Amino acid sequence: MEQLSITSNDDVVIVRQKVRAHAIDLGLSLVDQTKVVTAASELARNTLVHAGGGQACIEVVQNGMRRGLRLVFSDNGPGISDLDLALTDGWSSGGGLGLGLSGSRRLVDEFTLDSDPGRGTVVTVTKWTR
Amino acid sequence: MDRVPILKIGDVLLVSIQGDLDDQSVLTLQEDLAERVVATGAVGVIIDITAVEIVDSFVGRMLSTIAGMSRMLDAETIVVGMRPAVAITLVELGLSLGGLRTALDLEKGIALLGRTASAPLDDLSAVGQ
Repeated sequence: MEQLSITSNDDVVIVRQKVRAHAIDLGLSLVDQTKVVTAASELARNTLVHAGGGQACIEVVQNGMRRGLRLVFSDNGPGISDLDLALTDGWSSGGGLGLGLSGSRRLVDEFTLDSDPGRGTVVTVTKWTR
Repeated sequence: MDRVPILKIGDVLLVSIQGDLDDQSVLTLQEDLAERVVATGAVGVIIDITAVEIVDSFVGRMLSTIAGMSRMLDAETIVVGMRPAVAITLVELGLSLGGLRTALDLEKGIALLGRTASAPLDDLSAVGQ
């Protein structure tokens, strides 16, 4: 398990690089590596832009014979009051394209979004080996 | 912060993105390119992303913005060298990059510009001298 803090643009780059290294170690296909690294980039940037920073946790998980890469992005930012709206393609509170959450959900196998307005947000994603 | 070099070849500006750019470098490239398009009167911009392992929504938007901006400054933008895994991921992410012209490699990108640009790319023969 690897814990990274996200406080700058450089940290977003580091998260991408660490996630890629773990995805390669795990034996994810090139397309799946690309998808999970792209999702990590979106979610790490969200943490920085919407909450001013946070944490990324990278973990290898096992489910029977399958192994997977689990990424947890957490912050103590303002949180999300309307989760459905936040997951709508094209909706953005930060002037972006509004694809960070909705798009990264499509790039992974499992996606959970927990948010407590005023206290923070936790996004957990998992990509399984095939 | 890395600054991406912008090369001028005849009437074309060539940008080859190497490695993993942070968001600020991406924005700087966008601004640098706009200035260089005007300063050089370039008719084409080629962005080579052969070495780029992921294109997320931020970089995707930068590519679209550069294309739109260049068009207003009378230059055509072509993105070349997109990896198959990047294309698959971009579509699933929901970025269609409409309006962005692409070519499979640099050679095809230059040929495409040569067909659309009013002035032929005669100066290309000078490359490598």
